[in-house]
Amino acid sequence: MSLVGARVVRKEDPNLVAGRGCFVDDLHPDGTVFMMFAGSPEAHGKITAIDVREALETPGVLGVWTAHDFAEFPDLPQGADGFERPVLARDKVRWMGEPVAIVVAEDRYVASDAVNAIDIQVEPLPAVVDVLAAAEGDEALLFEDHGSNVITAVPANDDLERELAKADQRAHLEVRNQRCAAAPIEPMAVLADWKPDGLTMWATVQAPHHLRNQLAAWLDVAQSDCRVIAPDVGGGFGSKIVWYPELFAAPLLSKQLGRPVKFAQTRQESMMQMTHGRDQAHSLDVGFNRDGTITALRMVVSQNLGAYPDPTGLGLPVLTTWMAAGCYRIPKVSVSFRTVVTNTNPVAAYRGAGRPEAAYSVERLVDLVARCTGIDPAEVRRRNFVPPGAFPYEVPHEQAVVYDSGDFGQALDMCLKLLDYDAVKERRARQRFDPEAPLVGIGLSSWLEIGGFGPNGSLEGFGHLGSWESAHVRIQPDGSALVFVGSSPHGQGHKTTYAQIAADALGISFDSIRVVHGDTEAVLQGVGTMGSRGVTTAGVAVHNAANLVLDRAKKIAAHLLEANTADIEVSDNAFNVRGTPGRAVAWSDVAWASYQPLSLPEELTAGALEERLYQETPNFTYPSGCYGCVVEIDRQTGEVDILKYVVVDDCGTVINPLLAEGQVHGGVAQGIAQALYEAVDFDADGNNLTPSFLTYLVPSAAELPDFTAGRASTRCPNNALGAKGIGESGAVGAPPAVVNAVMDALADFGVDHIDMPLTSEKIWKLLQVAEQ
Amino acid sequence: MSRHRVALTVNGQDRTAEVDARLLLVHLLREKLRLTGTHVGCDTSNCGACTVLLDGEAVKSCTVLAVQADGRTVTTIEGVSGPFDGRSAVQEGFRQEHGLQCGFCTPGMIMAATDLLRRAPDPAPQSIRQNLKGNLCRCTGYEMIVRSVRWAAEH
Repeated sequence: MSLVGARVVRKEDPNLVAGRGCFVDDLHPDGTVFMMFAGSPEAHGKITAIDVREALETPGVLGVWTAHDFAEFPDLPQGADGFERPVLARDKVRWMGEPVAIVVAEDRYVASDAVNAIDIQVEPLPAVVDVLAAAEGDEALLFEDHGSNVITAVPANDDLERELAKADQRAHLEVRNQRCAAAPIEPMAVLADWKPDGLTMWATVQAPHHLRNQLAAWLDVAQSDCRVIAPDVGGGFGSKIVWYPELFAAPLLSKQLGRPVKFAQTRQESMMQMTHGRDQAHSLDVGFNRDGTITALRMVVSQNLGAYPDPTGLGLPVLTTWMAAGCYRIPKVSVSFRTVVTNTNPVAAYRGAGRPEAAYSVERLVDLVARCTGIDPAEVRRRNFVPPGAFPYEVPHEQAVVYDSGDFGQALDMCLKLLDYDAVKERRARQRFDPEAPLVGIGLSSWLEIGGFGPNGSLEGFGHLGSWESAHVRIQPDGSALVFVGSSPHGQGHKTTYAQIAADALGISFDSIRVVHGDTEAVLQGVGTMGSRGVTTAGVAVHNAANLVLDRAKKIAAHLLEANTADIEVSDNAFNVRGTPGRAVAWSDVAWASYQPLSLPEELTAGALEERLYQETPNFTYPSGCYGCVVEIDRQTGEVDILKYVVVDDCGTVINPLLAEGQVHGGVAQGIAQALYEAVDFDADGNNLTPSFLTYLVPSAAELPDFTAGRASTRCPNNALGAKGIGESGAVGAPPAVVNAVMDALADFGVDHIDMPLTSEKIWKLLQVAEQ
Repeated sequence: MSRHRVALTVNGQDRTAEVDARLLLVHLLREKLRLTGTHVGCDTSNCGACTVLLDGEAVKSCTVLAVQADGRTVTTIEGVSGPFDGRSAVQEGFRQEHGLQCGFCTPGMIMAATDLLRRAPDPAPQSIRQNLKGNLCRCTGYEMIVRSVRWAAEH
């Protein structure tokens, strides 16, 4: 039986459900001391004094460090030239909470006391938090020498004004894709233990080798003496591939103090110190004919980078503009963007990273076209889809973007069927003029995203060693297998997924395969888990490496059985000779023989059943799908209730439907949360108004619906598994379905758009205005 | 700061510790008794990752002082077991229905679900959602957690 495609429960779970997982803060070597940051009390200003005397006098405090203690060390890696982020704020602070000083103490309580005792004097400067205000004004300049808050600007080749004017009709929309926090339930945590023979660092990160590479260079030590381990990682969603200061300061202080140094954020610290995601403003124009066909699209993106340009932050609008046209064949597309610093947390990847913003805008526009033309939104989508025969499809505005495969109509049809589209439309009509009944709205989202990062060159720009992923398959002498992968998970279930792939390829039972990841000393080299790449890179690497091992195992089996290699088949932990029942040798015997030169055919040597592979990939993948949402809105309170949420995904080959379903649910939950609840807010002075789960509203089980799932499937033509990836799909596709549904419900109230999150307060106010 | 001696029963064992008055129960469990299955995910009692049973009822151990647990009985995730290869029905349900991904919220979620099933052995899905709203999960979107708890109710 093939395990690829089978619903297999996870190898990870017996530990995790028993409380026997191992997260960074669970580790506590003897002598561990605790490190904590003192953050800036102002969003913008000049540091005039840092008084640490009282902190130093606190019993149990080992020391306090400020920027000048790091003078001999570089700024954090991969900053943009001239805009590098220091380990600790130097002279100037650029967002509230920016780390200014470090305390190390015997435990976290004492460290907290000492942090509170540090007096950081800041002469405030005007602050700016809004991306458009920062781009267009100059009263608050984060980097004075630069003379502007705009860091990069990529103009349009052609603003398409003529094409837009030529269309039967045109429409304009300004949207904000609000700032969100990834908010993994495990905040950042690091444990650094620098012993005389080298550094071992446990960190809750998505890419341990990537960190090892940067950290060894920063510390100026050999990579061989710098071991990074990502143990169990409690969620990441893009926020744990960022160069946070604790990743560099903790090992250094461990060396200085001769003690293991632990850093483990509180939630408030996490909200104030970790990067945020999204935060784009879009100015959108669309030209279309009376029949609903879209002829031209213009997208102008302003990306809020926060206080310092993060390399992935700088890349976000690139991905957004690449995906501007979504799954539609729009002949003329104009894109441009600028990236802008503000007095807020730095912005980096958050699940989807640039693609949710694109999907949101184009899906809002398609609904606007439907509204303007009076054509059903489903029909407008259908009339504009890239047709199934057009793949590979190169978008008109960006050569790097070649959609691999898809059948957007198939996904839409299935979504409409699962929604029971005609019936819900009837219900909407019935309740429309009944003041006693809630308003009903229906929203669709035909989304497309980029996964499978990526082809050579795509990740190197972000400082990665490569864009490949590694797999290393080793058959043990007893016929069990170890599979080492460079992709290190944060909840995805790599131990299960890759074991399924390896079991199918090797003919070794799932239970006899152990997947190893997350340790730079155990795993060859690796890139990491992000960009929906786990299956399409590492999974394909495991598949291909396992097949190479199997080829050699068959030669050994043939040698032992005195048969032709071509006649050897493998199944159920044994090699058989085709057409000769009973002539068989167990995998364990082949494995044992593989380490005994006297048992091997001439062309093989001991240890032959081991393969190391750096899997390259020729193109990105393009997961797609259609989501549908039905909402009811309470006319008295403005509260949105999701009656039905349909998810139809096309991720190509599914390795494990249980885990794929989990990925979609989790992503959709984050997307619904963005649509209805979550926003990181700052006041005009840069005070973070949402530094906790009391104010940053991560939804609970009570707020979220059950999902009705269907599946479309088009194979990815560019890898051996035919897989496209599914990690980010839900977060990309979900918000526009919800917002389109709410705007549909409010269609009679004379408003084309309100920005996320669509809180009951915003909707209630709108209903009040309409009533008057 | 005043120091206090606390004596409590944790997972069936008598334990004592010398603690500061301000020490939270979760830190007593994690750092003094080295029971690290109970996690901390927030500082405002919203996330529920630290949920344990105190005298049989679910509490958020980040909101209980260690001294308040003096003389009482605490059950943590390490103290949960049952007939499913050593796992309780709730633990096994989470495994069978993929009720966890990263696993960080899971111990608290399992303790809250265990408490729910003690009070209501056969809860409807909507009731499960309402009763678990004090526990946040960022990975699963909750539907599979609801299914996990239903699995436990049915076994």
